[in-house]
Amino acid sequence: MRAADRDAAGLGPVRAFGFLAPALVLIGVFLVFPALWTLYIGITDYQLTGPAAVQPQVVGAENFRTALADPLFGNSVRLTALYALCSAVIGQNVLGFALAWLLRPVRPGLRRAVEGLVLLAWVLPGPVVAYLWFAVLSRDGGTLGLLLDRPATAWLVEYPMASLVVFNIWRGTAFSLLLYTSALAAVPPSQVETARLLGANGWQTVRDAVFPHIRGHVLTNTLLISLWTANDFTPFLLTAGGPNHESEVLPVLIYRQALESGQLGYASAISLLLLVGNLLVALVYLRLLRRRA
Amino acid sequence: MAAIDIAGVSTTYPNGVRAVDGLDLRVADGELFALLGPSGCGKTTLLRTIAGLEPAAEGSVTIGSRDVTRLPPGARGVAMVFQDYALFPHMTVAENVGYPLRVRRAPREVQRSTAERVASGLSLSELLDRRPGQLSGGQQQRAALARALAVEADVLLLDEPLSNLDARLRLEARTFLKRLQHDLGLTTVFVTHDQAEALALADRIAVMEAGRVRQLGTPREVFQRPSDTFVANFIGSTPMNLLDAVVRDGHVECAGARLARVPHLASGTGVIVGVRPEYLRVDEHGITGRVSIVENLGVTSLVTLECAGGALVSLTVPEQDEPALGRSMAVTAAPGRLLLYAAEDGRLLDSR
Repeated sequence: MRAADRDAAGLGPVRAFGFLAPALVLIGVFLVFPALWTLYIGITDYQLTGPAAVQPQVVGAENFRTALADPLFGNSVRLTALYALCSAVIGQNVLGFALAWLLRPVRPGLRRAVEGLVLLAWVLPGPVVAYLWFAVLSRDGGTLGLLLDRPATAWLVEYPMASLVVFNIWRGTAFSLLLYTSALAAVPPSQVETARLLGANGWQTVRDAVFPHIRGHVLTNTLLISLWTANDFTPFLLTAGGPNHESEVLPVLIYRQALESGQLGYASAISLLLLVGNLLVALVYLRLLRRRA
Repeated sequence: MAAIDIAGVSTTYPNGVRAVDGLDLRVADGELFALLGPSGCGKTTLLRTIAGLEPAAEGSVTIGSRDVTRLPPGARGVAMVFQDYALFPHMTVAENVGYPLRVRRAPREVQRSTAERVASGLSLSELLDRRPGQLSGGQQQRAALARALAVEADVLLLDEPLSNLDARLRLEARTFLKRLQHDLGLTTVFVTHDQAEALALADRIAVMEAGRVRQLGTPREVFQRPSDTFVANFIGSTPMNLLDAVVRDGHVECAGARLARVPHLASGTGVIVGVRPEYLRVDEHGITGRVSIVENLGVTSLVTLECAGGALVSLTVPEQDEPALGRSMAVTAAPGRLLLYAAEDGRLLDSR
């Protein structure tokens, strides 16, 4: 390839880099540096207070060894996987698709109204919806307790993970709904109609005439929502990881280790492990996506 | 095998458009029937109403002796091939053809053997394990037909069956379709906007406009005696000459020429003279004009004459008799080929 082919604007490499620089600086300051910084303090005994806060010592892989042996870390990994699987991979995915599929033949006005309502849960700030759900699930006159005639039930204490799963489905379904609505619009109508004419029932139609066309959308959506859910910090606002670590998903564990126990080095190491886990999940999805082509 | 009875059917879209408007039609058992019309005339909507993909707002659809108006598409005993064939892209030809049996939970061997049997009748045997993406347009069409036939329905519906094929293949597919339908004797309704396709394929044609049937008849009837000027204009690969004329002293006068005797029409009545370019021949007297355009159509040439009063008259002549531009010619219609339409509503009055 000749140089002129690559340099369409005729700027030359130095001036071209000048145009890129502001974006690179922003990415560097707010993304690359914190990531590298986390990586660095993950191998130190850095603490929030005390002598190790002033002069942290490099301890190598010690933090990682501790984490992998720590039953609290194992507990959090299990809870995070459960949380992502139940609320995102199954809950948001299935509910979002079901809503998109069922709203298809509905009048546009009604459809937009439902989409708007669902989207409201998505656009409201986390602390606001967390407070709303706190009110719904509260032991003292919470709405759910009153509705089910079990007024003194502390839902967040007795069923912490179930509460979080329901909450996250409620909060995140909007994204899947919107994504699947546009994906379904791209399925040729003649495919769905052919399946109906050939006598396929609803499930057979989805499986044979719809799903093959939206397989890529399903995988992309599942990847995005499972990563978002794995990194989601909102559970802290509802249960703060309790009672007795029963809802302590990884982001909550990291927060509590870093800011409540002051173990910044240890928390950074766990963050890195979460990042590695997310990367592995992403790689699996990308492999599945590529097999489609 | 079954006849289709459509009685007073109207189909209305949510936006209020009445695409099919109080339509009555009977398609006989074993007939190859064409719904023909310009785009937006309601022909596809009517086909979809027969299939059950659009609900009929009024009227009833009967297939055989069964009223299917309120039945879902899959329970009507109809099979349909869409314009884009709608083969499932992730299934092989065999899986596509066997699909109607798969949804009925027939055993896998039955699916495969039925697919093989139907496919061999459409010379698809070599292609059973290919996917639709690896087939040519004509092969895809035959695969879609095979899938429709595997339904073993009473009625076959085809939406624009030839429009996705290139010109050469279209002729082959047309012959193939006609032979297949005759062999099977399956009641078949197809939709087309191409009048040549309808004439060539169909046993009978319904010419539609604005949700209603304008004319119903055999290709011969529709071509030779269009019931109004709309149909006259729509049918024929070279457009029919439609000339303003008046009745004077019991004769039709048109472009300065006295044409046919019409003793029963009062003097001064406005009429429209319709005659196909193919049915005009050169004569000593008749409509006279100067040759203004000559278009070569292969075997024949289409000659356009500019007549008195600026009227344009077209006729076809054998290609070797092509006249020189500017030459004066007189033409008359072959006996029985001159059609008279009422000037006010375009209805066919008479032919001479």
